Amino acid sequence: MSTLVALARAQAFAAGRAQLIATVRHLHVHDHPFVLIPLAMAGEANAPLAAMVGSAADKPRLLFVAQPRNRDERFAFADALAAELVPYLTSFAGDTEAVAVDRGRDVRHRFLDAPQVWVPNTGGIDFLRLFGRSTRFRRVDGDYPVPPTVPLLGRWLTFLAGASEMPGSALLLNAVQALGMHWATGQSGAEDAHLASLMAWIESGAAAAREAESGPVAGPATDPDFDNRVLAPLIADGDPALPAVLHDLLLPTWQQMWRALALLRRLPPGDRVAGRWDGDRDSYSSFVEHLAEGGGPQPRRDGAVAAAARLQRLENAATRYAVQRAFDDPLVMADHRLTGAAFGGVVTLANPDRVDDTGKRPVLRPRIMVATTETVRVEAGASLTSPARPAQKARVISVAPTTTGWDVLLELSGGMGRKLVADPGTVPLVGEELLLTTLSEAYRPGAAFPDPTETPWTHGGPPAPYEEQQPA
Amino acid sequence: MNADRLRGSAAAKRHNARTIAALTGNPGCERRSVLDAAGVDKVKLAETIGFAGSFGQSRFALARGNAFEAMLKADDCALLRSVLDVGVVDYQDLGEDTDDTLTARHGRTRELLASSTSALIDHPLLTLSVAGQTVFLEPDLIAFQSEGRLRVVEIKSFAIVDDQADAAKVSAAAVQAAVYVLALRDLLGEDRVSHEVVLVCPENFSLQPAAVVLDVRKQLSTLKRQLSRLSSVSSLIAALPPSVSFDMSLSPETLISSLEAVSARYVPECLSSCEMSVYCRHEASGTTAALGRSVRESLGGVDTVALALDLSTGAAEPTPEQDEAAALLRTAARLRASALAAAGPAADRAAGVSAGRAAG
Repeated sequence: MSTLVALARAQAFAAGRAQLIATVRHLHVHDHPFVLIPLAMAGEANAPLAAMVGSAADKPRLLFVAQPRNRDERFAFADALAAELVPYLTSFAGDTEAVAVDRGRDVRHRFLDAPQVWVPNTGGIDFLRLFGRSTRFRRVDGDYPVPPTVPLLGRWLTFLAGASEMPGSALLLNAVQALGMHWATGQSGAEDAHLASLMAWIESGAAAAREAESGPVAGPATDPDFDNRVLAPLIADGDPALPAVLHDLLLPTWQQMWRALALLRRLPPGDRVAGRWDGDRDSYSSFVEHLAEGGGPQPRRDGAVAAAARLQRLENAATRYAVQRAFDDPLVMADHRLTGAAFGGVVTLANPDRVDDTGKRPVLRPRIMVATTETVRVEAGASLTSPARPAQKARVISVAPTTTGWDVLLELSGGMGRKLVADPGTVPLVGEELLLTTLSEAYRPGAAFPDPTETPWTHGGPPAPYEEQQPA
Repeated sequence: MNADRLRGSAAAKRHNARTIAALTGNPGCERRSVLDAAGVDKVKLAETIGFAGSFGQSRFALARGNAFEAMLKADDCALLRSVLDVGVVDYQDLGEDTDDTLTARHGRTRELLASSTSALIDHPLLTLSVAGQTVFLEPDLIAFQSEGRLRVVEIKSFAIVDDQADAAKVSAAAVQAAVYVLALRDLLGEDRVSHEVVLVCPENFSLQPAAVVLDVRKQLSTLKRQLSRLSSVSSLIAALPPSVSFDMSLSPETLISSLEAVSARYVPECLSSCEMSVYCRHEASGTTAALGRSVRESLGGVDTVALALDLSTGAAEPTPEQDEAAALLRTAARLRASALAAAGPAADRAAGVSAGRAAG
């Protein structure tokens, strides 16, 4: 944990209220999100007990299983969940826009919007991933047929759970993590995992948060005491009161979810949030296309090449997301200033018209001197950028100590127009306050991976061709 | 003072692999060591002083666990034998006992294990030396003995889906199995007991069993190190004032003052493993450790939240050891304040929601 977040936690404890740790919202919040609160049956391998679902705060819909250990009821539940969720997911596959690819030599189409599903916590995401796994391979014919909606639901859930692993993706989000990214409470991270407690810290304060801990849980695990005292007799007797009890259990979390969304909407979105949502629309569009072409279910496990490529995409996304958040939010950037990966200073000298003509043709290379009182942990030759001018690179020529801090001499390139005279405003002026950082938004090219059919023997050789897998 | 006297008239709670695993999770906590050594019923103690936690087990989970185990052991362990691939060997159940026959059962266990006949041995009774005390382990395991070598078989009811299982559950199972390996090695010697244990779990979404081999060498060495680090409980107990008692018939106030006489080392992880954690959390309120280890470290290892804040504003004068931490905290506070001030209206609006709600 960074010192700034730790300090915010200390301040939250002293104030008895959660404290902001972000000045902008770092994720896309949909105008029409779908909220899904799953409850699982204790002990079973991912057997659903109930779910409260819907895309309108005033219209929660309860799905439940009267006998959670009954296989047919389990798939009836999946069918009912599919009837609620899948129409929402596909409702965005309407109008498209053309996007230039390959430097404008080609176009592809993507949908103008994409769905966004919210669950309370990471446990909810894990539940959906496993529920996707248990339904996507089901056969609609043969000995144990299931409704065709069941394997379709499984594919969608697997897609969403996979997307949620991608840092910065907003297709499937969990409230605990989303709130925790923007607010620090005066308790530990482990205690924050309780949604009601976290919400109470933000909305009313420490005392309410302690009380909320003994309130209903946000699932997917139920409270053992509730299982033993309330649920077991209801299930054993096939009591018709079961849905009402489950409804009352889930409703507080349902209301917290919508209040959490409202809290997040109050924060202005970061500048780069929309760009990341474009990426989500891309992956949604290609998955819709995959389904339309009759694509099969996602494999149980990725092959070697697919896994390596996915890992690299995840790493790139994580780096990009961290940099983008810092560029969007001075409070996140402050973390990097504290560690010396960024520093703020004032321009004391500027030579905006400097031309370097030592090469084949002359190039515009203005130089500026920045005086700072902050820790500087860069050396000559390092390449810096400023969030104010992300397209411009600043190469460190020298770093010299002064009585109050450091003088950093920088040579600028890029982002100044195509002429030998810089476009107005592109070179910082004397007196301008500037933030410089080693973080970079520069594009990271992907590594080259072999074709899956040429997987080397060291990695298990080429994967076996897809065969329809039997239900397990 | 004698450990048993601390408990008063109640029957002693026995150790099992789970409690030993939890004990080693936070070896610096004297309170837990003392209460466990004295066999105090911590659930009841926490309830009596008004800080009950939620440590029950769902009967659905228990039922499934029992059903899975019964299925494996049905027909003379037919399914267990096939999943372990052990062929025709003896099955010996040493059964469960009451307290007064424990020594006899331990004797039978020792005899049977020493005989090195090939067999599946259920419910053996083991002993382990914990914090200077010999404790009986109430084990829930089968030891498979073949060609003079023993292997611990753990039956767990969490599912292994596509060769993957819940990491927290697997690591808890591995630590528990390591406790048994250690106890068996104490009894029989290092090389008679394998460091590879067999975990038998339901596979995918069915009840079909699958066996996987876990190497618990790492858990073993951690366990050994932490057991040796456990502060010697007998001397701790001997040093306690005679007024300290955890007899449940005493008033909550007396019990709380007894608890205060034994120092605890609360960390948030305790909440998931220790029955006393809710009380200890209450007691530790205001310390940086209560916010989590990483928060404490990020605040420069300063003990209390109030001091960390005072150092960050310059209200407190740092000691020479705190100089570095104080400088960091001051810079952090300055950066945080200026970033929030620059964001001004947006931050105010977002913070305003909560203030408004509290007022209303």
